[in-house]
Amino acid sequence: MQFVQLLIFLILFPLVTALFLLVAKKEIERTWIVKLSAVAIALVTIWLLITTFDKGELYSPAIPAEPIGLVMFILEMLIAVFILYLGIRHRKYHVIALILVQSVMMIFFELTYAHSTAVTSNLFVDEFSNILALIIGIIGSLICVYSLGYMKHFHEHHAAIPDKRNIFFFVMFVFISAMFGLVFANNLLWVYFFWEVTTLCSFLLIGYTKTEEATNNAFDALWMNLLGGIAFAGAILWLGMAGNSVMGLDQLLVSGKAIALIPAALIGFAGLVKAAQMPFSSWLVGAMVAPTPVSALLHSSTMVKAGVYILVRLAPIFHGTVTGYVLALVGAFTFLIASGIAISQSNAKRVLAYSTIANLGLITACAGIGTYESIWAAILLIVFHAISKSLLFLATGTVEHRLRSREIDDMSGLIVRMPRIAAMMVIGIAGMFLAPFGMLISKWAAIRAFIDAPFGFLFVIILVFGSAMTVFFWAKWMGKILTVTPDSRRIEGEVDRSEWTALLSLAGLSFITTIVFPLLSVKLLEPFLMENYGQVAQLSQDNIIIMILMLFLILMLPLSILLPHRQHRHLSPYMGGRTTTQDLRFSGSLGVQKKATLSNYYLTRYFGEARLRPIGVWLCSALIGIMLLATVLRGVIV
Amino acid sequence: MINIVWGLVFVLVAPVLGGLIAGIDRKITARMQGRVGPSIFQSFWDVAKLFEKENAVVNETQIFYAICYVIFMAFTGSLFFAGGDLLLVIFALTIAQIFLVLGAFAANSPYSYIGAERELLQIMAYEPMVILTAVGMYVVTKSFNVSDIAATTTPVILFIPGLFLGFIYVLTIKLRKSPFDISTSHHAHQEIVKGVTTEFSGPSLGWIEITHWYETVFLLGFVWLFFGFNPIVAVVAVIVVYLLEILIDNTNARVKWQLAVKSSWAIAAIMGIVNLAALYILNGGIS
Repeated sequence: MQFVQLLIFLILFPLVTALFLLVAKKEIERTWIVKLSAVAIALVTIWLLITTFDKGELYSPAIPAEPIGLVMFILEMLIAVFILYLGIRHRKYHVIALILVQSVMMIFFELTYAHSTAVTSNLFVDEFSNILALIIGIIGSLICVYSLGYMKHFHEHHAAIPDKRNIFFFVMFVFISAMFGLVFANNLLWVYFFWEVTTLCSFLLIGYTKTEEATNNAFDALWMNLLGGIAFAGAILWLGMAGNSVMGLDQLLVSGKAIALIPAALIGFAGLVKAAQMPFSSWLVGAMVAPTPVSALLHSSTMVKAGVYILVRLAPIFHGTVTGYVLALVGAFTFLIASGIAISQSNAKRVLAYSTIANLGLITACAGIGTYESIWAAILLIVFHAISKSLLFLATGTVEHRLRSREIDDMSGLIVRMPRIAAMMVIGIAGMFLAPFGMLISKWAAIRAFIDAPFGFLFVIILVFGSAMTVFFWAKWMGKILTVTPDSRRIEGEVDRSEWTALLSLAGLSFITTIVFPLLSVKLLEPFLMENYGQVAQLSQDNIIIMILMLFLILMLPLSILLPHRQHRHLSPYMGGRTTTQDLRFSGSLGVQKKATLSNYYLTRYFGEARLRPIGVWLCSALIGIMLLATVLRGVIV
Repeated sequence: MINIVWGLVFVLVAPVLGGLIAGIDRKITARMQGRVGPSIFQSFWDVAKLFEKENAVVNETQIFYAICYVIFMAFTGSLFFAGGDLLLVIFALTIAQIFLVLGAFAANSPYSYIGAERELLQIMAYEPMVILTAVGMYVVTKSFNVSDIAATTTPVILFIPGLFLGFIYVLTIKLRKSPFDISTSHHAHQEIVKGVTTEFSGPSLGWIEITHWYETVFLLGFVWLFFGFNPIVAVVAVIVVYLLEILIDNTNARVKWQLAVKSSWAIAAIMGIVNLAALYILNGGIS
């Protein structure tokens, strides 16, 4: 049973790396440990894919779960004590209350029901886990490599922030370990354990800079995710009380809606929080105070993906229920409203944050509907979003260090000032909203999935409006970067090797995944859908050919610049007939030369956070209330 | 189901047809305004003249974007006439449009910059309605392929009259007609100089003009799809729709972008919900 060893390796190896990084104090040691383990992790995830390829779902043979379960319980309690200590030290009483409630629930479960649960196999792997593992193993590792260069500069620029890079990298790798655990665990108690570890790790990473703002935002993320944790604990407790000794994901999926729906709704609630759906979206936006690689790790490939991962896993239970529909509505409205708010944001990281929330909303909507087509779309969205978004975060991070600003308006003429990084950013943005890149294909798949689902037209209508706003905010950012400002100096300088490796690899991945996506669909997604739904979704041959054609067009066109061409006469831009220079300096009425500056439209009056966020919060809170109520009512009636 | 021949025919014939339509448009417009108007071939002379002029630019990248714009618009249209997937056609249209916007941004000029932002607002205004129309056609004909929709014997228009009205509404935006010609326009009176096209001149502007011809033919092809069951009705409908657009163009003053976006969205939402819900009920709950 080779795959079990690989699974255990992937969970434990990052943990060992983390411990080494904790004690490594020298720069050179840290660099090599991170680089080598990143390579190892990425290779092993690929190896895992090869060994388990075409084998469907594989369950581990019975591992002696009792002692491991006990260790996990003890660790959980240690985490609880740690959070309790933090809560007391920072006087965050709601955090204290939440962690106490959660711990009491879990202690009660451990004492009363734990012995009666029997999960035959605690670990498993299937195509979906494999896809997630590749995302975590490759993109997560690349982000860690990138952090090497970024954090060095970060501490050079922010001398006031204590340099605790050993702890930083320790937490990053623990996080990766926990994510592997989460996607490979079949036992819900194990899923819960890894779930809580990611909550704690995200708290530590968001609060890394120890500024007041960072600490407050970290606590925001903590209390919301603890609330989700309580819901998860509630699901476990419910399953224990039901006495069917159902505690494995596999058992839950086949146990029928009567048993599974209530715990699924509770876990779904936890998933909504982790996936930063409204009304819980504020933790993700707040988390942007963290160093950029943290944002990249949390918001592209790991933390939030844990939330949607569990929703997609449970989708067969949600399918065709009121619970599922209302869950999907929460996602759909989050998509719509977050896309709108993104228009009004001038800070690049906040645009990325809102776009992340929006896309997670779309994935949630797909999961809630739970047909084979929508799950196909959801998984594609997960894959492509991870690639493009991490590329964008990392490119923004590098630009931020050069410009000392995260404002999009300051990125004017980036293509002249830092051509190579600007190109990376343009690829990332194109990947988010233009055909034939992945995200647009996924949205296309989502439209098709929605229209074939009952009452799907409502979701289609929400989707088309959200999608139109998406075009607006990405295109104006892209335009800002591509504005040619002839007077600007090149300030790119030497980009750190580790940063460059990560950026280039991710840009390459955006293209490669777009080309091999039919293969990805046929070899990984279709078997997964077949096993779980008995039907497969796919694109027709013609459309695939056309998309590859478009990709080649887009790749070839920039090369046309290399062709020999005439030099054209250059004129100054038209500014109402005034004498103007190339860099928008014009002579004013009194003979004084003035400079015009250009800024994007943000339309705050219509799309401002203050205007749209309350709508989203109330609407989605109400929907979540309805979701839980509908679930309970169904339990009563059936 | 993809017919490459029709795609190639579009690439070759559409500029001729589009140019003629533009010429006829100008003639009718002139008559409505009590002028004699130019020859219906005037658009061709205009563009030919543009190509004889010097290609003066603010910077070189503009030419690149103008070329990309025309290539992707031709691609969009040929994909449509070849019978490709309607949603993919709409996505290709978006790419083409984005290239024009990027060209305007690249010039780093205040007027073209505002034009670019407004062009984006226009894209945001029309896109929902266009996709919903495609979705409506799918619900009626069970296919997203233009070849299937065009060949259907079902009178599509009778099932999605609401979506048709909505489509006609945003068609005004797409054809750059008043009252929605907020990013650039063919009229002499222009509030932000020439919007997106301010900094394009000579051959680059010529290419943009040709792109517009391609787009016009493609959009009228879209109108055809509503009436695909009967070619004669379809031809009449296309002509009537275009005449209606000319009439609207000449009887309306330009509106603010707020009204353009709000009204297009309101119509898309209302028509979308009402018409798709009606179809849903009609199909007995299977959309």
